[in-house]
Amino acid sequence: MLSIRNLQASVDGKPILKGLSLEIGKGEVHAIMGPNGSGKSTLAHILAGRDGYQVTGGEVIYRGKDLLDMPTEERAREGVFLAFQYPVEIPGVSNIYLLKAALNAVRKHRGEGELDAMDFLKLVKERMKLVEMDEQFLYRPVNEGFSGGEKKRNEILQMAVLQPSLGILDETDSGLDIDALRVVANGVNALRGPERSLMVVTHYQRLLDYIVPDHVHVLAGGRIVKSGDRSLALELERRGYGWIEDELRATGS
Amino acid sequence: MEAAAEIKDHYRSDFERLRDGLPGGRIPWMKRRREAALARFAAQGFPTVRDEAWKYTDTGVIARRTFTTASPPARAALARGDLAAFTIPGLDCHRLVFVDGRIAPELCDLDALPAGAAVGGLAAALEGDAAGVEKLLGRLADDDGNGFAALNTAFMTDGVCLRLADGVALERPVHVLHLSTADTDGTAVHPRNLVALGRGSRAVLIETYAGLREAAGLTNVQSEVLLGEGAELEHYKLQQESAKTFHIADTGVHVPAGARYRAHGIDAGGRLVRNGVRVRIDGAGAECELNGLYVLAGRQHVDNHTVIDHLKPDGVSREFFKGVLEGHARSVFSGKVIVHPDAQHTDARQTNHNLLLSENAEADTRPQLEIYADDVKCAHGATVGQLDPDALYYLQSRAIDEDAARSLLIYAFANDVIGRLSLEPVRSYLERTLTERLLHGRRVEDLI
Ligand SMILES: Nc1ncnc2c1ncn2[C@@H]1O[C@H](COP(=O)(O)OP(=O)(O)OP(=O)(O)O)[C@@H](O)[C@H]1O
Ligand SMILES: [Mg+2]
Repeated sequence: MLSIRNLQASVDGKPILKGLSLEIGKGEVHAIMGPNGSGKSTLAHILAGRDGYQVTGGEVIYRGKDLLDMPTEERAREGVFLAFQYPVEIPGVSNIYLLKAALNAVRKHRGEGELDAMDFLKLVKERMKLVEMDEQFLYRPVNEGFSGGEKKRNEILQMAVLQPSLGILDETDSGLDIDALRVVANGVNALRGPERSLMVVTHYQRLLDYIVPDHVHVLAGGRIVKSGDRSLALELERRGYGWIEDELRATGS
Repeated sequence: MEAAAEIKDHYRSDFERLRDGLPGGRIPWMKRRREAALARFAAQGFPTVRDEAWKYTDTGVIARRTFTTASPPARAALARGDLAAFTIPGLDCHRLVFVDGRIAPELCDLDALPAGAAVGGLAAALEGDAAGVEKLLGRLADDDGNGFAALNTAFMTDGVCLRLADGVALERPVHVLHLSTADTDGTAVHPRNLVALGRGSRAVLIETYAGLREAAGLTNVQSEVLLGEGAELEHYKLQQESAKTFHIADTGVHVPAGARYRAHGIDAGGRLVRNGVRVRIDGAGAECELNGLYVLAGRQHVDNHTVIDHLKPDGVSREFFKGVLEGHARSVFSGKVIVHPDAQHTDARQTNHNLLLSENAEADTRPQLEIYADDVKCAHGATVGQLDPDALYYLQSRAIDEDAARSLLIYAFANDVIGRLSLEPVRSYLERTLTERLLHGRRVEDLI
């Protein structure tokens, strides 16, 4: 599904990703953990296609194509979806408007026809149930005045409507209360399938109790410095990140 | 500043040419007022950038030319079919049409007016009820401070005269079309509008200013709105003149106790446009709301200049102006709010947001609050900015192409004002005409 090979990127000349490699297979869920400022969101945005990063080396192959070569919207149409750590407020554009524009753009790209208003509404309402969101949110401007948790739920709603092949969840759990965390995790789990891969960025092992990952990686200093199974997340929860750095120093890498 | 000799001479001789044919030409008080106004114009000339109120709008391009007042058309210049481009689909309304500043009776629809409603042209009102008009006309004029207004009083030809007795609700809106047909430069029209609503009366007035051809003409409008206690007027002004036209408008409004004035000024056309609005909040609980949207490109210049005087307690004023500017367009918003010592518990709020779509566009925004009462709520906010790159990225990350994302954000920005209009047909009409212009021909429906 996704091959990141030796990716190097900087912002304003400051290197952030320093040779990051990661393979995500079809249907797999990979958790990315790592200290603040280590480059997790940077990685997510580079994959999603945000401007302002200079990729200075390496490559990203997504379903056999050079991902970094595609315009942002084309990545989305090809099935890449980023649930933002900080979802953007868009005054004057209603949620339903955005969902419809997005879904139609994706469907058109796939060679499917646009959904008529009735079918669209039916689909959206069904997906709203999945994340237990009230219908009133459809008619509110995108994320404007939403609480932190409501914004995160809204991201997952969009993902549920767009049905991406690669979902990148950037700290979707932060800002969620305990019940909301369960709801959102259930929503994400309902989207799991053999054709859909997920990259889940989180600081907390708790989310991984719900969304059980196949692999856990530690991103530190712009690289994946350790990979393991879910037990790695438990170990990180217990011991923090310091021991990994010690280990790295010891091995001299 | 005194008008230059050749300017004075030009307007004097134009006045001599027309004098007897101007409305009320045989009414002594009207003649005197016109003469006095012409003298005032000669004494003060056109405003210059040295006048504080005109600091950002140089009307030199108007002062340097000589505009000749349009003569009454020899025959009907327009047929009903010509109006289609300016009417509002689905709007059930009374209609008044002025062509080159004179009423075109064959194009008007004034059936089924309720008792107590007098709606028609000002010239006809002067003929039929000079004494009634005398009591109202000029009460809110700006002739002393503003050369354009004085020139309007000297040359006024016609305009809407809407008078309602006490307690009359005019259910259907009145749509007034001010159309100019000039196809050569240098023609002036001086429309004059008079609205007087009795106590507790209600009306909706929609004015459209448009030209049929592209010509460097001058539309010099003056309007007076006198509301009775508890009266309500919703006043739309849709300015869609040609890209060469100079459009100078001034509106004086008196809002007594319990009355409410809501205005929506939408500027899409014009080369140089000035909308002066002066509102007197002059009774307990009087309210006014001024909304504005300007959508400009090329070298258009639009100046919204509002002055709200809160004279009595418990008044409410709201101003909400937004602009989208492309090319070398330039906008000015100056909003002055004066809260006089008696006007305790005034609640005044003012907002002006500008979206610049090009590096060469420029928006100036100048809130001015003068507060002489101690227990008041006044707030203002202004921004000048570009499209939010984060919002663009967010939309693109949701599969929407960059062009559509830009359009969607521009549309959303402008629609914030259009959404405030009460009349659905006017909203749809503006959504179509304005946003299609904003979106360069793309239909709103295609975005969703
Ligand atoms: N536009 C920018 N300009 C300068 N520095 C930037 C910019 N964007 C990111 N950075 C820096 O890049 C580094 C990585 O940031 P990033 O947001 O990717 O971290 P993160 O791992 O997601 O952290 P967190 O866990 O706190 O969300 C940080 O040091 C950050 O300050
Ligand atoms: Mg982050």
